[in-house]
Amino acid sequence: MTPTVVLPVIIGGLYAAGVYLLLDRSLTRVLLGFLLLGNATNLLVLSSGGPAGGPPIIGVTEPGEMSDPLTQALVLTAIVITFGIAAFLLAMIYRSWRLVRQEVVGVDEEDRRVARREGIHADELDPDDLAPEDRSAAHADSLHSSSLEGDRAAEHALAERYAGIPSDDVDLPPTRGAAR
Amino acid sequence: MLVLLLLHLLAGVLAPVLVRWWGRQAFLALALVPAAGFAWTMAQLDAVVGGDEVREAVPWVPALDLAVTLRLDSLALLFAALVTGVGALVLVYCARYFEPDEEGVGRFAGNLTAFAGSMLGLVLADDLLLLYVFWELTTVFSFLLIGGSGARVAARRAASQALVLTTAGGLAMLVGLIMIAEASGSYLLSEVVADPGSGPLLTAGTVLVLAGAVTKSALVPFHFWLPAAMEAPTPVSAYLHAAAMVKAGIYLVARLAPGFADVPGWRPIVLGLGVATMLVGGYRALRQNDLKLLLAFGTVSQLGFLMTLVGAGSRELAAAGLVMTLAHALFKSTLFLGVGVIDHATGTRDLRELSGLGRRLPALAGAAGLAAASMAGLPPLLGFVGKEAAFTALWDGGLPDRTAAVVVLAGLVLGSVLTVAYTLRFVWGAFARKPASPPTAPAELAHPPTALFLAAPVVLTLTGLVLGPASPLLEPLVAGYADTLPLLAPEVVPLALWHGWQPALALSLLTLLGGAAIFAARRPVHRLQRRWAVGASADEGYWNTLQAVDRLAVLVTGTTQRGSLPAYLGTILVVVLALPGSVLVFRAPWPGEWRAWDTPVQALVGAVVLIAAALALRIHQRLSAVLVVGVTGYGLAVLFALQGAPDLALTQFLVETLTLVVFVLVLRKLPKDITERHRPRERAVRGVIAVAVGLLMAGVGAVALAARTATPVSVAYPEQAYEFGGGKNVVNVTLVDIRAWDTLGEISLLVVAATGIASLVFLRRRTGVIARLAQEQRAVRAERWSRRAPRRRWLAGSVALAPERRSVVLEVLTRILFHSIIVFSLFLLFSGHNQPGGGFAGGLVAGLALVLRYLAGGRYELGEAAPVDPGLLLGAGLLVAGTTGVGGLILGAEVLQSAIFDFTLPVLGDIHLVTSLFFDMGVYLIVVGLVLDVLRSLGAELDRQEDEHDAIDLAPGEVVLR
Repeated sequence: MTPTVVLPVIIGGLYAAGVYLLLDRSLTRVLLGFLLLGNATNLLVLSSGGPAGGPPIIGVTEPGEMSDPLTQALVLTAIVITFGIAAFLLAMIYRSWRLVRQEVVGVDEEDRRVARREGIHADELDPDDLAPEDRSAAHADSLHSSSLEGDRAAEHALAERYAGIPSDDVDLPPTRGAAR
Repeated sequence: MLVLLLLHLLAGVLAPVLVRWWGRQAFLALALVPAAGFAWTMAQLDAVVGGDEVREAVPWVPALDLAVTLRLDSLALLFAALVTGVGALVLVYCARYFEPDEEGVGRFAGNLTAFAGSMLGLVLADDLLLLYVFWELTTVFSFLLIGGSGARVAARRAASQALVLTTAGGLAMLVGLIMIAEASGSYLLSEVVADPGSGPLLTAGTVLVLAGAVTKSALVPFHFWLPAAMEAPTPVSAYLHAAAMVKAGIYLVARLAPGFADVPGWRPIVLGLGVATMLVGGYRALRQNDLKLLLAFGTVSQLGFLMTLVGAGSRELAAAGLVMTLAHALFKSTLFLGVGVIDHATGTRDLRELSGLGRRLPALAGAAGLAAASMAGLPPLLGFVGKEAAFTALWDGGLPDRTAAVVVLAGLVLGSVLTVAYTLRFVWGAFARKPASPPTAPAELAHPPTALFLAAPVVLTLTGLVLGPASPLLEPLVAGYADTLPLLAPEVVPLALWHGWQPALALSLLTLLGGAAIFAARRPVHRLQRRWAVGASADEGYWNTLQAVDRLAVLVTGTTQRGSLPAYLGTILVVVLALPGSVLVFRAPWPGEWRAWDTPVQALVGAVVLIAAALALRIHQRLSAVLVVGVTGYGLAVLFALQGAPDLALTQFLVETLTLVVFVLVLRKLPKDITERHRPRERAVRGVIAVAVGLLMAGVGAVALAARTATPVSVAYPEQAYEFGGGKNVVNVTLVDIRAWDTLGEISLLVVAATGIASLVFLRRRTGVIARLAQEQRAVRAERWSRRAPRRRWLAGSVALAPERRSVVLEVLTRILFHSIIVFSLFLLFSGHNQPGGGFAGGLVAGLALVLRYLAGGRYELGEAAPVDPGLLLGAGLLVAGTTGVGGLILGAEVLQSAIFDFTLPVLGDIHLVTSLFFDMGVYLIVVGLVLDVLRSLGAELDRQEDEHDAIDLAPGEVVLR
């Protein structure tokens, strides 16, 4: 099929304007950009159906001269959905304004924190940093350096009480019985 | 066999309910399920020993050649008997292990029973992929059982460690299994083992499968998860981590050994890791004070021993391995259960705090003592038979390479010395009187064990005692598997307690003496262990690896996620430009010929649209910016009309108007101007990206159209629309019939959007109270109506509006037009099948009528005009549309297929009814609901908040998320 010059120019212009607005920090302009992008895309889809023709209504136009009904059906729902989404974005803008008197896409603080690598990373702590009762039973590094005071004291007390019985690995935590 | 598995599943599902009904006694009922499995397994013994196999196959996913193929041969029978027998006993034990009113028992019971089923499935599966499924199921249940309620850090960490390691091995195994299956050309385990094929693919696959077996059976260097898993309750340790799950790796190696023992890499891996694990486990067990940890390291050691035996690939060692597997399951479960009893009775497992327990719990001490004797390899127990068989086999042959055999034998003897030493430490630690401690410690037994509590360990240990002298009876069963392997020794040595004065007997004696010596010299040995202790351990390596992964993740996230949405969008767009853009420039077939336009009017309208779009970039006044964007929308409607799409033009026109109204509703709450927040350089970058994307999309549009050479699918639409859809408006029929599924999805999206809008504005409820006139106001109104014609009040709700906000002209117009507009919207709905219109356009028109009422009369007028909850409209619309779809199904056609009825009614004349009209009604309702929701939220609720000075009042503890 032969493309026209006019439609791609309009499509490109709308896309350019839409993208420019979409990259703004103001939510209102982002929404306007979204609307322009929606219009541009609808036109793109419709124009891909081929050259203009008569309305696709039987009795009004001969089937051979009709414009493509498929792209029209696709675009029709898209128009209404764009409205729904635009209203949703507006509600978001309003809420943002009402809560913090701003309607901008702020900096994501969570991302910034990750970027600065602060705090404790996720779950995987070094077992040495855990309280003794939280350590894995097989983690037997207390052979050399038991940096934790409580741990060492407990070991010491047991060693004195039961001289002659080697005291070594980190033990499993006391069980159900000990609680009684 | 399938019935047995399903029975386990059913029991697992019912277990929480049973526990709620019967408390801990429910375990006794649950124990019947594995017991039934054990009985069935034993019933097959004769047939299997006779050389038969029991097989079952149920197709599962035929497209993938996946079938539930189960098979019971002698190897499977031995393991199945272990899994079911020990499982039943452990469940009986659970009935006394838990306190009557302990929490989380229901979940535990379900998990344990389901685990028993998965483990049974694992040993019965004959399909490689089915085997894998059961393999991972055992991993998952193990995770749940170790983690328990998830309340303790240590338990969570142990559970996730076991999960990470065994799943990593499992995934490697999955890849390996597929490689093996592809190399051998079959997914049936029995066929693969019979003819494994050869080649590098098979070698690589074998190594990967071994990785799975090694992690599952806790071999060095992945042994550390098993002691950590001792966080789990004792029954779990006894069953999963001694008798069943850790044996899965042993089972797999034993299963594959007949076909794979000669694959390059098999023997070095299996024998090397096996012997190393036996030594490391025994060495670490020697310095444990927690009885359970001592047994755990002992299990690690024994698993290495078993792996060495079953993986060696010779008849004599395989036979020894099977006997040893059986013996180990019996004695190690007994010991674990015994530790559970001690723990229960005294409240501690620390061998330094126990003293003189043997005299106070004689039955337990006897059972545990016998089991320990079996572990040490003392006659006449089964452990002795297995160990003798292993030593004999290695002395005479056992491995193709004599040097390897000697090295392995030396390793096993040394490992057995350690075994004897830690066995003695266990017995002494648990039951002996210690000179440094009081004669009885702890002084009182909190919970002396009952007979039922002791039943499981006693039965298990007695089985080990009986099977020792009766070991010749095991010979046919063991031989059924072992004979599939080549005999390397000069002759078959049958299983027996007494073989005469053999070298192996001397080795056994050596191990006993050596072990006793180490135990006697435990203090110097311990000092030595302390001196030799190395700073690094496999466990630390694991945590360091995890931390490294974690740091990498933080690094990658931190470098790529900088927290700016425009930057992210810009990145995405640049990628779009770089990839599809370069394809467009270099590879795309550019159109050979161009037309200027379809009609010159297009150019004119296009110019207006582009000018408006350019203005939208410059204008910083909100309302003006919205208006120029609206101009592009109206321009688009004209372009649609020119293209030959009246439906689109109509819809676009209506939507654009609605959008403007909604914008105005919200913009009145926002400041007049948009502040510029971007530096010139940022704007320049945005401009470059924007222009580039514009060029790209223009090019895409042209190229895509030019590239169309095939006949469009829509050529047949007009004919189909009329014949099957019963309508003349092809676009409408496409929406409600040909592509109705699409439309159904899209209207669902509208429902979601509407709900989202309402919840953003109303915050805590779906919608607010519908603003209706109060009763007094109605009364006043009724009185006035009765006296004279409503000259000054044209609308019901405008009485609530402040006088300066009223407009009589608008009220009069609304009064006159409202009903006509509604009728017109219905006309569009009903005629849409044959003329421009339809549910979307009709709904939008009706929505505009509501907008008119709201603008003229305020929020009370809106409440009077549509006194329904918008959610009701949305839901009703979705229901109507969905029911139409189901209706087609009921009438015997496809979902959403239309039926056409022609009939005559008295007044209306001939009716041509197409069922898709009801679908369109659903669309209509949803669109009206959407508009009403928008008006009610962004219009009426915003008014109310202003009228009533509604501050944002947070409930206590409520947090605003942005």
